Amino acid sequence: MPQFVVLWTDALIFLLLFMAVGFGFYAARKEHLRGPWRSVVESKVGVGTMVVLLFYVTIGLLDSIHFHPALAEQDRSNGVTHSSEVISLFDQLVTPLRVRQEKTYSAPLATHLYAKETIELPDGTQVRAFPRLRYGGAHLKHPEKEWQSDILRTIAIGSVKGVLLTFVILNILIMFTSMRSGCGYGGQAKRMLLGQTAIPWRVAMLTLAVMLIVLTVSAELSLKYHLLGTDKVGEDVFYQALKSIRTGLMIGTLTTLVMLPAAILLGIMAGYFRGWVDDVIQYLYTTLNSIPGVLLIAAAILMLQIYMSNHADQFNSLLERADMRLLFLCIILGVTSWTGLCRLLRGESIKLREVDYVQAATAFGVGNFQIILRHILPNVLHIVLITVVLDFSGLVLAEAVLSYVNIGVDPTMNSWGNMINSARLEMAREPIVWWSLMAALMFMFTLVLSANLFSDVVRDAFDPRLRSSR
Amino acid sequence: MSDPLLQIKHLKTWLGSSDNPVKAVDGVDLEIHQGETFALLGESGCGKSMTALTMMRLLPASGRIVDGSVRLGDTDILALPEAAMRSERGGRMGMIFQEPMTSLNPVLTVGDQIAESVKVHDIAAKADIDGRVLALLKAVGIPDPKRRMREYPHQLSGGMKQRVMIAIALAGKPELLIADEPTTALDVTIQAQVLTLLKDLQQESGMAIMLITHDLGVVSEVADRIAVMYAGQIVEVATREQFFSDPQHPYSRKLFDSLPGKARRGQPLAVIEGSVPSLNQEFKGCRFADRCEQVMDDCQQQIPVWSETGPGQGVLCHLYTKGMAAVPGPISQTAASAVEVKTKPSSSLLQVEDLKMHFPIHKGVLRRTVGHVKAVDGVSMEINTGHTLALVGESGCGKTTVGKAILQLLRPTAGSANFDGDELTQLKGEALRKRRSDMQIIFQDPMASMNPRMLVGDIIAEGMQAQRIGNNRQERMQRVEQLLEQVGLPADAAKRYPHEFSGGQRQRICVARALAVDPMLIVCDEPTSALDVSVQAQILNLLKDLQDDLDLSYLFITHDISVVAYLAHEVAVMYLGRIVERGTVQEVLESPQHPYTKALLSAVPVVDQENKREVIRLEGDMPSPANPPAGCHFHPRCPEALPECKQSYPQQIKLSDTRTVSCIKLDQ
Repeated sequence: MPQFVVLWTDALIFLLLFMAVGFGFYAARKEHLRGPWRSVVESKVGVGTMVVLLFYVTIGLLDSIHFHPALAEQDRSNGVTHSSEVISLFDQLVTPLRVRQEKTYSAPLATHLYAKETIELPDGTQVRAFPRLRYGGAHLKHPEKEWQSDILRTIAIGSVKGVLLTFVILNILIMFTSMRSGCGYGGQAKRMLLGQTAIPWRVAMLTLAVMLIVLTVSAELSLKYHLLGTDKVGEDVFYQALKSIRTGLMIGTLTTLVMLPAAILLGIMAGYFRGWVDDVIQYLYTTLNSIPGVLLIAAAILMLQIYMSNHADQFNSLLERADMRLLFLCIILGVTSWTGLCRLLRGESIKLREVDYVQAATAFGVGNFQIILRHILPNVLHIVLITVVLDFSGLVLAEAVLSYVNIGVDPTMNSWGNMINSARLEMAREPIVWWSLMAALMFMFTLVLSANLFSDVVRDAFDPRLRSSR
Repeated sequence: MSDPLLQIKHLKTWLGSSDNPVKAVDGVDLEIHQGETFALLGESGCGKSMTALTMMRLLPASGRIVDGSVRLGDTDILALPEAAMRSERGGRMGMIFQEPMTSLNPVLTVGDQIAESVKVHDIAAKADIDGRVLALLKAVGIPDPKRRMREYPHQLSGGMKQRVMIAIALAGKPELLIADEPTTALDVTIQAQVLTLLKDLQQESGMAIMLITHDLGVVSEVADRIAVMYAGQIVEVATREQFFSDPQHPYSRKLFDSLPGKARRGQPLAVIEGSVPSLNQEFKGCRFADRCEQVMDDCQQQIPVWSETGPGQGVLCHLYTKGMAAVPGPISQTAASAVEVKTKPSSSLLQVEDLKMHFPIHKGVLRRTVGHVKAVDGVSMEINTGHTLALVGESGCGKTTVGKAILQLLRPTAGSANFDGDELTQLKGEALRKRRSDMQIIFQDPMASMNPRMLVGDIIAEGMQAQRIGNNRQERMQRVEQLLEQVGLPADAAKRYPHEFSGGQRQRICVARALAVDPMLIVCDEPTSALDVSVQAQILNLLKDLQDDLDLSYLFITHDISVVAYLAHEVAVMYLGRIVERGTVQEVLESPQHPYTKALLSAVPVVDQENKREVIRLEGDMPSPANPPAGCHFHPRCPEALPECKQSYPQQIKLSDTRTVSCIKLDQ
C-alpha cells in the first residue's frame, strides 16, 4: 500500500475540480447557464478542443496524486516499508520513461549519443565515436540497417492499436447515445458518422482518433527509443514535456482560483456601494496596477527563497519546496492579475445597480447582501467565466516567460519555461540541440491553441452582446 | 390614376435557418404613388420594418428575399447589382430610422455627415457642398444652421438629431422617403414638430413618404393611405377617410376599440386576446383567427383571399369574401358618452410638500461640486386612497425621479413626503424597510425589471420573503399562485423564466410582484409605453380592476394623454422639475389653463378626425435642468410669454379646491 502525500497544489487542484463539478450540477438545473454550455458542446471547435484539453487535464490530474511508493520485499530494512522518494501516479504509469536515463544528449529516436566519446573496443583499442545508447534502440543488433524498418514497424503497430482503441470507444459511445436517443444502434451510428447529431460527435471522434493514435504511436516508440531525445543529463525529454503539463495547468488554473474571490468581492462591492468603498477599492487596484508585475513577482519569489533557506526543516523534500514555490508563484500572479477582472466587474455592477429589478428589490426592502447574491452575482458570472477561460492561456505563457528569467517555478521542477530556459545554452552549442525547445513549444502550442479556441467558443456562447448578433 | 412610384408584388422575406425560417414578410403587395404619404400600421413583430429593409436591400445577414418584386419607377430594385443599389439607397430612396441617437456617428460633426451624403448623391452640388448642407439644414428647420453644422451630435437634442437625419435623407433628393417610426422615440411636442416638417417637405418636393408606425394618432395626422399589417401580411388597405370612418378588418376595428381615451372612462377597454402568432409556422387559415371575435369555421381552415371592398380599399378577411360584411357591429367609439368620474369617499394617503431632488455636478481633479441638476425642484402633490394621480410631462422633466424619491429609492434633497402618518424622508433602517411593503413600483420595461436568471415564482416571492410575509416557502408559493391568477396568468407560470412570456404577460408578472406585499400605493412608471396598443388595453384594464377590488392608489407617470383621460382622477402636469398645473382630470384636460398644458394637449395626435384642433407649436426643446431659465421655466418656449415672465417664477394660483396653476397670466 503506497503512502499518500498531499501537496498544497494537489489539494487545491482537486478542490478546484470539485468546485467545477459542483458548478456543473448547479448549471445543469439553470437554463440560463445550461443554454450557453449546450451551444459550446454543439460547436465543432468546442468539442474538438475539449477532447484535446481533456488529454492534458487527465495527465495533469494523474500527475497530481503523489505518494511514497512501497518498497519491494527485498529492499525493506528495519521497518522502512516505503521509499523516501515521492512520485506521482503518472510517474508510476510511465516508469520506463522515468528511469531509463542516458549519459547525456541524444537526438530524438536516436540509437547513439549526440557527443563523441572515447570507446574502448573489446580488443583493447580506443576509438572516438558516438557510443550506443544504453536504452534507446538497445534491442537492435545492427542499428544502421534495422533502424528504419523498426521505426516504421513500431509506428504501424502503434497506429493499429490506436485505431482499435478508437473503434472500441466509438462503439461504446454509440451504444450509450443510442440508448438515450432511442433510435437503435444502427440508426445512431449512421447519424453520428454522417454528422447529423446535435452534438458534433463526428468531430469529437475524429479528434479523439488523432489524439489516441498519437498517444499509442508515441507510447510504442518511447518504449524502445527516446521519442524526443534526451537532455544534458540524459533524461528523456518526452517525459519532461509530459511532466510540464501539470505545471502549466496549475499556473493557469490555481492563479484564477486565488484571484477570483478578491476580484469578485471587491469588484462588486466597488460597483454596488459606490461612495468611499468605491474610492478605496479603486485606489487599491490602480496602485497595484502601476507597480510592474515582474518586479513584484521577482521580489516575492526572492523573499520566498530566503525564507525557505532559513527554514529548511519545514520542507521535507525537494518536491515540497518546489511545490511551495509553485503555489507562491500562483498567488503572486493572482495578486497582480485580479485588477483587470475587478475593473470589469465594477463597471458591470455600476450598470446593474441601476437596473429596474435591483430597484424593485430595493423597493421591497431586500437587504444589500441579498441583492448582491441574488441579482448582481448571477448576472456577472458570464464575465467571470469568460475572463477565466481567456486568462488561462495567457498565464501558461506567462509561466514560460517568468521561468526563462529565473523567477518562475523551481529549477528542479519540470516546466516548459525551464525547458526553454535550458535550451538557451543548447541552442548556442555546436552542433545545436534543438529538441528540448521543440518539445516545449509543441506541447505548449497545442495547449494554448486549444485553450484559446475553446475560450473563443465560450465567449461567443456567454457574451450577451455577441449572442444577439447571431 | 398615374403609374405608381413604388410597386411591391408578392414580397416574401424569410429570416433564420432554412429548415425553420421565420417568415417575417409573407406575400406583401403594395403600391405607393407620387407625392402621397403611405402609412404601414401594425404591432411590433408584424414585419413592418422588415418590409422597409427589404425595399432598401439592407436585410440582416440571416435574412433573404425568397420571392416577389420591388419596382421603383422602372427599376427592378431586387435585380440591381449591389454597386448600382448603392446609388439608389439614399438617392432615390431615403430612409430615416427610429432612434436618432444611434443613427448618427458621434465623432463626426453634423455638417460632415450631411456632406457625406451630398457628395455621394448630389453631383450638381459638388462645387458648393457647404452651401448645400446649409440649405438642407435650413430646410429641416434647424435654427442657426451655420453654427449647428460644426457641432457634434451630442450637442443636439433628440428632435434636432432627427431633423439632421431627415436632412441626410433629403440630400439625395429622394423620390421616396421611408420613415421607420420616426417619432416614436420623441416627445409629443417634438413629434408634432417633426410631423409638420415632414408634411411641409413633402409639399415642397413632391416626394412620396412611406411611414411605418404603430401609432393610430400619427397615422390620422399625416397619412393619405393606410395599410394594416398583421403577422407578415397586409390585412387591409384603405384611404385615411375610409379607414377612420369604417375600418373593415376585425383586427383594425379592435385596434380602434382598444385605444384608451376619455370616451371610454369607467368601462373596460376592448382587448385583443393573446398575441401575434410566431411567424415560423405554416398557417392553415387566417392568421388572426385565434384572436378574432368573429371567427368562423372557414377562418381556421381556409386561407383568406384579398377582396376589394371599394375604390382603393381592400381587405384580407373571410367576412368579405362571403358577402357578410354587414355583420360586424359599429365601432363603439362614440357610443359611450363621457361617464362621470365616480368619486368615492376617500382620505388622503400621501402628501408631498415641496419635494426637491438635486444631483450634484462634480468637476475637476478634486471633484468639487460646481452646480446641481435640479431634476425635481419643489413638487407638491396629494394622493387619496383609491385614487389615481397622473403625472404628465415630457421626457427629462423629472417625472420618474419624483416617483423614485417618494419611494425613497433616491433620498430627496429637501421637502417632505408624508405617507399614512409617517414622514418617509425621515425613516431609516428597519422602519423604512417595513414601510416599503406599502409602496410599490411598476416599471416601463417589464423585461428589464425582472432578473432574467430567476424563476417567475421566485421573482414574485422575493418581496414577500423580504417583508416576512408567509411563514415558509410553501405558503409563499401558494400566495404566488393566487397572485398569478389574480393578474390573469396560469398558476404554472411560477415555474418558468421571464423570457418565456410575451411583453404583456411580463408586465402582468410585474403587477403580481408589486401586489405580493399588499401595497396601498403603486407608482406606475409608464407601465404601458413599451407595449402595443392591444396589449396596453389589457394592462390598463387589469390596473383598473385591481384598483376597484383592492382600493389601491396609483401614481401614474406617463406622457400619454389618452391613458390619463381613461384612467386618472387627478392630473399634475410637470415641466422642468416643477408642477405647472394640477387639478382633476376634467378640469385639466377640458380647460387647460397653463400655456404648456395647452400646447401639450394640442400636440397629441388624435384619432378622432371630427374634433380637429389647432396644434400649438412649441419651438425648441426643454432646457437643461442643470441650468433652468430665469423666471418662469417655460417662458423661452411659451407662445404667450410676457416680459414679466422673465422676472421671477410665478406663484401657484388656486383656481378651485382641487386646482392650482403656476402662470403669471392668471394672476392678472
